[in-house]
Amino acid sequence: MAILIIAEHDNQSLKGATLNAVTAATQLSGDIHLLVAGGDCQAAADQAAAVAGVTKVLLADNAAYEHQLAENVSLLVAELGADYSHIIAPSTTGGKNLMPRVAALLDVVQLSDVMAIESDDTFARPIYAGNAIATVKSLDAIKVITIRTTGFDAAVSEGGSATIETVAAVHDAGISSFIGETMAKSDRPELTAAKVIVSGGRGMGNGENFALLESLADKLGAAVGASRAAVDAGFVPNDMQVGQTGKIVAPDLYIAVGISGAIQHLAGMKDSKVIVAINKDEEAPIFSVADYGLVADLFDAVPELDAKL
Amino acid sequence: MKVLVTVKRVIDYNVKVRVKSDGSDVDLNNVKMAMNPFCEIAVEEAVRLKEAGVASEIVVVSLGPQAAQEQIRTALALGADRGILIQSDANLESLTVAKLLAKVVAEEQPGLVIMGKQAIDSDNNQTGQMLAALTQMPQGTFASEVKVDGDKVQVTREVDGGLQTVELAMPAIVTTDLRLNEPRYASLPNIMKAKRKPLDTKTPEELGVEIKAHTQLLKVAPPAARQAGIKVASVEELVDKLKNEAKVI
Repeated sequence: MAILIIAEHDNQSLKGATLNAVTAATQLSGDIHLLVAGGDCQAAADQAAAVAGVTKVLLADNAAYEHQLAENVSLLVAELGADYSHIIAPSTTGGKNLMPRVAALLDVVQLSDVMAIESDDTFARPIYAGNAIATVKSLDAIKVITIRTTGFDAAVSEGGSATIETVAAVHDAGISSFIGETMAKSDRPELTAAKVIVSGGRGMGNGENFALLESLADKLGAAVGASRAAVDAGFVPNDMQVGQTGKIVAPDLYIAVGISGAIQHLAGMKDSKVIVAINKDEEAPIFSVADYGLVADLFDAVPELDAKL
Repeated sequence: MKVLVTVKRVIDYNVKVRVKSDGSDVDLNNVKMAMNPFCEIAVEEAVRLKEAGVASEIVVVSLGPQAAQEQIRTALALGADRGILIQSDANLESLTVAKLLAKVVAEEQPGLVIMGKQAIDSDNNQTGQMLAALTQMPQGTFASEVKVDGDKVQVTREVDGGLQTVELAMPAIVTTDLRLNEPRYASLPNIMKAKRKPLDTKTPEELGVEIKAHTQLLKVAPPAARQAGIKVASVEELVDKLKNEAKVI
């Protein structure tokens, strides 16, 4: 049996998360096929064919798939997927939107956010916002999985020479349509993809003071995050929230400024490689997870740090 | 239009989860339970649709033990009209939950189903999408804005890198993201009134859904603990450590 990976792409190019999914698939037994479903997406399929480890690319090129609406693509994947042992997508918003719909159509469960593969049917995944790791054995014939991209390295994007096979099946459920999108134009990286994150908490005092962090973030090429306390206090919008009810991040460097370190926040960032805490309260729980802690007033320390970089 | 809202009883998000010493599961004895935060947002959205004259009735559904009644009462106190508890002490996987909800949907015929995007215990983020598949309804997941317009609903979705707007034919399923709204608190008079609102109890058997295990939980372990770090004395030392020791900048 083979493994089907649902490629994430914008019709022109493959998104990086797909490469992490390919690496996850190499830890299972079976040939790796990549499905590129989109509209005018030949370019993305060509890129997919070049990924090392992929043996076949299935190209479903039709206007019905242009925006990869779950209603349409799930019907396609459920039809193709019946012949596969595993169906995998990265656990991005695209994968999370599509895959449970596919699983229900195939009458199997989905395993979300898999961070490690133990065997063809046994997987580790975080539960309770990463406060516990569950090892789960799937009893279903077809394993539908989304993988946590930070748990697997990216596959090499060139050197492969997969064949491209055209899939003729067109599924248009006709119950949903794409209206438009507004992509954030920030020069800063996205929170969940950033290598460095600078986050502020209630200690920032107000929203204007976040400018201190933005300046620091720009020097580091970092994204700016916030704790739930800062969001609840109205300092910043809640799409910046890092934590159990916000975004879960694992950057190389996480700088927590004026954040006490409540468990709901730690749940969202404790897998970061290096954690720095700047807080004037030396008893703050954030220091128990920080690799480097600086007990200081952030209004002195942050501008000084900014100046020294 | 009738709106169906689902709520889940989960561990309170402020509670630190402990793994049982035998590694069989997390320990939920004597811990504070509450409504899943994303479900609170779903209830709030339904109540706002009713206040705007779009929704005529709000039915709130929960699945789980008898005690899940508490979360239904909370939703009733926030403005839902009546509740349905599908009572089961079994481990209900998301596909089973979706199948049970599909039966309720078939019975109630709501115009809109509003659910949280994920529960903070299992962190699955599946049930809404699965229910949509089983009922062949369109899905507006991770919603940050919901606008009902005649027999269509426009949903603005939080996707990686920005926002996407889709139009769905109703009946449709919407799952809530954090930015959708700020849930209100229940007032004491409304908590009292909620005690008199109707609450039906059903069982999976009555609904004709078999509880089948699709997965087996082999073990639950605490995540790898972090090494204790050091305190630095100055910004200078911090920059030096980050550059030369951790090599992250």
